Amino acid sequence: MADLADLTVATAGERLATGEASAADLLDAVIRRASLTEAELHCYVTIDHDGARRAAEESDHRRSRSESRGPLDGIPLALKDNFCTRGLETTCSSQILSGYRPPYDSTVVARLRDGGAVIVGKTNLDEFAMGSSTENSAFGPTRNPWNPERVPGGSSGGSAAAVAAGSALAAFGSDTGGSIRQPAALCGVVGFKPTYGLVSRFGLVAFSSSFDQIGPLARSVADALTLFEAVAGHDPLDATSYPGTVPEARPSLETGVKDVRIGLVRELSGEGYEPAVTAATNDMVAQLEASGAIVSEVSLPSFAIALSAYYLIAPAEVSANLARFDGVRYGLRVTGETVEEMMARTRAEGFGPEATRRILLGTYALSAGYYDAFYGQAQRVRTKLINELANVFEQVDVLVSPASPTTAFELGAKTQDPLAMYLTDVCTIPANLAGTPAISIPVGLDADGLPIGFQVMGPALGEARLFQVAAEVERLATFDHRPEILAAAGDRL
Amino acid sequence: MPVEIDIAHVARLARLALSEEELSTYRSQLGVILEHAAKVQSVPTEGLEPTAHPLGLLNGFREDLVRPSLDRDEVLAAAPDSADGYFVVPPALEG
Repeated sequence: MADLADLTVATAGERLATGEASAADLLDAVIRRASLTEAELHCYVTIDHDGARRAAEESDHRRSRSESRGPLDGIPLALKDNFCTRGLETTCSSQILSGYRPPYDSTVVARLRDGGAVIVGKTNLDEFAMGSSTENSAFGPTRNPWNPERVPGGSSGGSAAAVAAGSALAAFGSDTGGSIRQPAALCGVVGFKPTYGLVSRFGLVAFSSSFDQIGPLARSVADALTLFEAVAGHDPLDATSYPGTVPEARPSLETGVKDVRIGLVRELSGEGYEPAVTAATNDMVAQLEASGAIVSEVSLPSFAIALSAYYLIAPAEVSANLARFDGVRYGLRVTGETVEEMMARTRAEGFGPEATRRILLGTYALSAGYYDAFYGQAQRVRTKLINELANVFEQVDVLVSPASPTTAFELGAKTQDPLAMYLTDVCTIPANLAGTPAISIPVGLDADGLPIGFQVMGPALGEARLFQVAAEVERLATFDHRPEILAAAGDRL
Repeated sequence: MPVEIDIAHVARLARLALSEEELSTYRSQLGVILEHAAKVQSVPTEGLEPTAHPLGLLNGFREDLVRPSLDRDEVLAAAPDSADGYFVVPPALEG
C-alpha cells in the first residue's frame, strides 16, 4: 500500500514516529482522496479544510519538540455530523439545523482535540441518525465505495464510507439501533458499539437517550480499540456516564480464543438472511472452533421481539428529544402569526419524512391511553431481554451472529417501505436494548463483491472478551479486499 | 390488530403543521409499523419492571459548583431572532 490515505491508524502512527510522514502529509493524502471520491460518494457534509490544516500543523510542531500527545496525535479522523463541534457547522443532515454552528465542543470532540487528532470534517448521516441507509439525509445520500449503486448502510453511512474510501483513516459514529455496526458491515470496515455509558454523550445531538452510544469505525480491530480508549471514561456532564473503570482490552488482542465459549444466536439466522451471509457466518464459526473455541448454538427468544420493542421506545424518546427544535434558539424558523404556528410550521418544514414519522409514532405511543400498552410494555420486554442475556452469558463468553441479514442493498430499494428498512436492523438492535457491547468485523465478500460483516456481542463491560474474539476473527478472515473505486482512483494519483 | 390513530391530534401534540395528504400518508404508515410493534403486547411480562437505564445506574450526582456557562452573545448569535439579550418569538398570548 503506497498511499498514506490507506494506512491504519497504528501504521500511520509509526510513520509519524519515525518521521517518514508528517501530519500534514497524512492530511494531504486524505484530502486528495476525498477530492477524487466525494463527487461520487458524498461521505462528507462539511470538510473543515482550514481547521484540519491548522490542527495538522500544530501536531507536526508538537512532534518536532517531542511533545506529541499519544496515538491519535496527527491522525486525520472524520466525525459523524451529529457531534457538536465549536464553530464548525453541525447539521445532523437536517434542514432544521442547516447552518448551525455550536458554541461548544462535545466531550468526545474535546478529548480528540486534546489528543491531537486532526478532524477532517463532518460526515453524512440519516437525518438525526434515524435510518439504515443514509438516504434520509437532507443533503442527499452517501454511496457505497464498493458499488456506488448501493447504500453504505446507516445511519453512520458517511463515516463508514469515508473509512472504506480513504477520505479519513478512521471515524466516529453513533449507534442507537446498529448505526455503527450495520454501515461498517456494509462498507467492509470494523465498527464498535461500546457498553452503554462508557463514552460520554455530552454534545452528541440526542436521538434516543437510553440507547445512543458513541463508537469508532476503523480499518482494524486494534484501531477501533485505540479510538475507543481515546474517548472513553466518566464525564460528569453526561448523567448516564458510567462512573467506574473502563475495561482494559488491549492485552486480550493477542490471546487467541482457546477455550473461549462462543454462542451462535439461533434467532439471528434463517428466513431473510442472504445465503452468502449465512455461509460466511457459519464458516467463521467453524474457523473459531478450529482455533480452540468451544462453540454452541444458543437461543434468546426475546431477540425475536426486540425490533418491535425498539420501534416503540426509540420513537418515544425521539418525540421528547426533538421537541427542542422549535425555531426559537437555533436553526430554521418559518414565520407564523403565533408562537405555536411558528413552531408547527418550522418543524413541518425542517424535519424530513423519517424524523416526522418517528416523532408522530413516539407522540402516539406516549399519548394518554396508550402509554402502558406500548411504551411501558416495550420497556418491560427490554427487561426480559436483559435477563435472558444475563442467563446466556453464564453459559457462554460471547455471542456471534451476522451484523446484517444482507449485504448492501440498492439505493431506493427500501425508501418507500419504512418497515422493510427497520427490519435491516434486526441483528444489531438487541445489543442496544441491553446496553451491551458489540462489534462488526468484515469477514468476506458475496458473489457481487459486497462485504459481509460478522458480529461479536459481549456482556455489559465485557470489552476485554469482545476484543479478544474480534481480533481472532480478524486474523482468521484476513480480509484485505479493496473497493474497485480505489483501484480506479489509484490510477489517477 | 388494527390500530386506530387520530393522526391530526397526534400531529397537533407534536407541533407539526402537516397537510391533509401528509397526514393521510403518515396515518397508514404508522398503522403498519404499530401493528408490527404491537407484538410486544403478546409477551408475558408479569412481575418485570420497565428498564430505563440498561446498566441500572440511578442518578449521577456532582458537586453543585459555580462554573462559567456558555457565552450569551455566542448562543444568541445562533438564534433566528434575538434582541437585548433575549430570544424573540411571535406572541404567545393575546393582548
